[in-house]
Amino acid sequence: MILEASEVFKTYQGVNKKLTVLDNINFHVERGEILAIVGPSGSGKTTLLGLCAGLDNPSSGILKLDNESISAMSENEKAEIRNKKVGFIFQNFQLLPTLSALENVMIPLELQGRSKGARAKAIALLERVGLGDRLNHYPSQLSGGEQQRVSLARAFSNDPEILFADEPTGNLDEETGEIVEHLLFELNKEKQTTLIIVTHDLELANKTDRIIRLKGGKIVSDQSIKSEARS
Amino acid sequence: MKWSLIVKTAIRDSRKDRSKLLLFMSSIILGIAALVAINSFNDNLVRDIDTQSKSLLGADLTVEGNKPIPNSLIASLDSLSSNNSTEVELFSMSYLPSKSESQFVRIKALTGDFPYYGNLVTQPISAASSYKKGKNALVDDGMMLQYGLEVGDSIKLGQTVFLIHGRLMNAFGSIDAGASFAPSVYISGDEMASTELIQPGSLVNYKNYYKVDSDVDLNEWKKERKKQFRTESMRLTTIEDQRENLKEAFSNLNSFLNIVALISLLLACIGVASSVLIYVKTKVQSIAILRCLGMKGEEAFMVYFLQIFALGFLSVVLGVAIGSIMQLILPVVLKGFLPYEVNMTMSSSAIIKGLVMGVLSTTLFALGPLISVRKITPLKTLRINDDPLEADPLRWLVYGLIALSITGFLYSLTGSILEAGIFSLGILVAFLVLYGVAKCVVWSVRRFFPSNASFVLRQGLSNLYRPNNQTQTLVVSIGLGTGILTLLFILQGLILGNVEGMGAGNQPNMIVFGIEADQKDEIEAITNSFNMPVIQNVPVVTMELAAWQGKSKKEWLQDSTRTASRRVINREARVSYQSTMSPDEKLLSGNFTGVYNGEDSIMISLAESYAEDLDVSLHDELVWNVQGTLIKTYVGSIREINFRKMESRFFILFPSGVLEEAPQFRILVTKSPTKQVTADFRNTVVKSMPSASVIDLGSILVTLNDILTKVSYVIKFMAGFSILIGLIVLISSLFLSKYQRIRESVLLRTLGAVQNKIYRINAVEYAALGILSASTGIVLALSGSYLLATFVFELDFNINWLPILGIFVFIVGLTVFIGLWNSRDVVKRSPLEVLRNV
Ligand SMILES: Nc1ncnc2c1ncn2[C@@H]1O[C@H](COP(=O)(O)OP(=O)(O)O)[C@@H](O)[C@H]1O
Ligand SMILES: [Mg+2]
Repeated sequence: MILEASEVFKTYQGVNKKLTVLDNINFHVERGEILAIVGPSGSGKTTLLGLCAGLDNPSSGILKLDNESISAMSENEKAEIRNKKVGFIFQNFQLLPTLSALENVMIPLELQGRSKGARAKAIALLERVGLGDRLNHYPSQLSGGEQQRVSLARAFSNDPEILFADEPTGNLDEETGEIVEHLLFELNKEKQTTLIIVTHDLELANKTDRIIRLKGGKIVSDQSIKSEARS
Repeated sequence: MKWSLIVKTAIRDSRKDRSKLLLFMSSIILGIAALVAINSFNDNLVRDIDTQSKSLLGADLTVEGNKPIPNSLIASLDSLSSNNSTEVELFSMSYLPSKSESQFVRIKALTGDFPYYGNLVTQPISAASSYKKGKNALVDDGMMLQYGLEVGDSIKLGQTVFLIHGRLMNAFGSIDAGASFAPSVYISGDEMASTELIQPGSLVNYKNYYKVDSDVDLNEWKKERKKQFRTESMRLTTIEDQRENLKEAFSNLNSFLNIVALISLLLACIGVASSVLIYVKTKVQSIAILRCLGMKGEEAFMVYFLQIFALGFLSVVLGVAIGSIMQLILPVVLKGFLPYEVNMTMSSSAIIKGLVMGVLSTTLFALGPLISVRKITPLKTLRINDDPLEADPLRWLVYGLIALSITGFLYSLTGSILEAGIFSLGILVAFLVLYGVAKCVVWSVRRFFPSNASFVLRQGLSNLYRPNNQTQTLVVSIGLGTGILTLLFILQGLILGNVEGMGAGNQPNMIVFGIEADQKDEIEAITNSFNMPVIQNVPVVTMELAAWQGKSKKEWLQDSTRTASRRVINREARVSYQSTMSPDEKLLSGNFTGVYNGEDSIMISLAESYAEDLDVSLHDELVWNVQGTLIKTYVGSIREINFRKMESRFFILFPSGVLEEAPQFRILVTKSPTKQVTADFRNTVVKSMPSASVIDLGSILVTLNDILTKVSYVIKFMAGFSILIGLIVLISSLFLSKYQRIRESVLLRTLGAVQNKIYRINAVEYAALGILSASTGIVLALSGSYLLATFVFELDFNINWLPILGIFVFIVGLTVFIGLWNSRDVVKRSPLEVLRNV
């Protein structure tokens, strides 16, 4: 089991009343699973992803990543876990604007203190996503699709155990989105990573093994899709 | 911590954004440059005061009194030093046989090797030492010119004829205004007796000069024996005392320069804090990503700290270099500015102070905003929001250190913990007031929002409290900037006004002493015939204090509890009488009685300092001995005297109607246009009034005027420099504020707001900010400068409102202009392009 959520609540203190954004969430994810979290806007998908990835703390409940309780960890311990075991892909790419494409991809490796092979590995990954000729471009010199491909390369550069993607194609046109999707699934297959995709795109969700539906902060369904049905 | 990665990231990250740190760098560079320049100038000034005080005194120690030094004291002085000189000084008429003329002179009869420091400047040069052998005299150059005397002529002093051996080009000792303005004649001490001028009752001043070995602690020595000398009415002066006097004379310039130094540093610090704050804000997203990828909070902090520290250090070094170069330019501006030459050398202490203070203050002020980097949450990658950064409890430590370092810096400038504390408190109060005003405005705009106002007004005003507003940052930085500029401006005006009041063209330059009472009209007629103004023509009556507060002088002198010094009690009083008070004097208490009606008590007026020295107050009784006649008076009023004017000032003023019949002489003060007129006037006066002597203050005034012009240069130069820093800081923090509003403006444009509307919305916001901060800053400056003027500079506080209004309009205009300039940048780009890069 790579990820386990039990009795997770998340509430925000509103102007005059408490706002329950996640309401008793329970689920677990096995190693190598590919899973989609879907639901209407405002249903709490991003919030849940943030909790699972150790970016935020739940109001109550337990979250275990690779059998370690992340809700009990300090900020620094969580940072270390993210660096070693987690990869991220964001809707709005989130590349460091002052770093070149290559440097953006190298950052997670360098954070691990592995600067030796970092460069070669990053170049290989960028070539793999088709950006071998854009190594020294800055994010502002890249198109949206290209930026997202850089962030794909970055997400896989530290060989994460689990990869979180929040609306990875949400900011891209259909055609570019498909290229990115395709690359994401291919790379994932090569690296055998657990993949959790948050999306409201049912077509994309249907390409995964399992779909969790959220509504009003509650899980309304959790269904596995046969791999046969998918192909 | 992964240091190599931190360094690498710091360098990479700074590559594209260095221009955003330009304000940061320029404020440090300019601030530190000013600090170093001012500090080394001050150091040079103080060091030269040290060396110059030696040559102004001519010895390490002088002992002085109106009788020869008693044997009881000689013993303790002999143990101090074997090398001493004696001087006997008295005033007497001299006779010039070759011209058949008489002149009132100050005779100084010297033995020994005086001066031990500095030189007696004579023509020929050798005369300075050779005059001591035989009946030779050195005669004041001005007097020799007046009478057309040459070296080799004779001068008769008392019973003895001396040969004029050389011209005396300078004299030692202080020039005290009043009757002692008589030309000097130096003779050998061995010849004094032959003149037979010293008779019982004649006024003679005895002075001994000592050169003391450097291993003797003179201050300690003086402290132990001060009482002993005082009971014998002998006055001790050490180099240290002389130094204090000189320092006193320049203390206002010194304080002003210190304040300018402090202001430069503070401005630099405001620049540092506001630029780093804005820099951090533009980096929030990058930091969140780094955190998300697994960088620890401390590591992210280190990345940006390293950037800022490296650039800060570089800027400090540059600033120190520029400040030192300015040192080399300053001597050109200041040449001949002081009564002695200030040798401009690089002051290593100023350089070290600049480096240490620079690095320390830059680091601390940058740390304030930087410390919040530690708490930037990686959540910001998922949800872009403008939530304020989480406050770090460590910031209190930083604030504490900042307060400590400012106080420390102030202490190093003033040398007084109390003053340093008060100053720091003042700065803190200014900061809190501005912060409070900003908070208050945000609150009240929200509370009393004009919901019916136009769209533009509503948008502009609500920008003041919306999330991501810049109200607090800008109000504090513009307010402090404006406040400091105004403060500097007011102080500069006050000090310059004071300096100009001292110099200026209308100062008298000639005093005629010893005019007989019945020659009042005659001397005025002579003066008018030379087309010169009669600035003062007043009677002087000399008298002695006989008794006061019901005790006789003798009883007072034996009273061990008395506070008045023997010198004050024994001093011959020079009293005048007049029916109105001089317009430039100030009545402190009581009523000024101009005319005595012949019946009531005689009410006299005392100068504040005299009343304090004698420890008498309003209505106390004073009895005077006017050449044998006792006159009983009461203190009717106490005045403050303006000594900056070159006119004669009287500590004691009688009403008219009392002293008219007493033996008296008159003093006339006038102004001569040229040296030639001075000489002609002098000849005419001396011919018709043998008892009168004419003193030319011209040479003294020329130097004084010269000093004062140069002082105003320094003040203007330094203040101008500091004002420049302030403006740069102001302008740049405004320019940087554009990053704050860029997204809003772009979105408004995308939503279809026409350019004009965006301009107007921004104009409203910036005008509100400008008006608010400028007026708060000016109010703060007014209170600050009032306190400084009153308690530090001791100047009258009067200000010119027009320039202050000018500053207000200028700052508000500048704020709006730059605000609009900022939006121009947004407006002229296509909304899409900007959206992509935000
Ligand atoms: N910081 C916050 N404070 C208050 N409410 C929040 C905050 N962040 C998110 N929410 C609320 O949580 C709910 C879920 O948000 P989110 O997880 O972003 O939804 P989704 O990603 O499914 O669209 C929303 O209703 C949102 O308003
Ligand atoms: Mg979402």
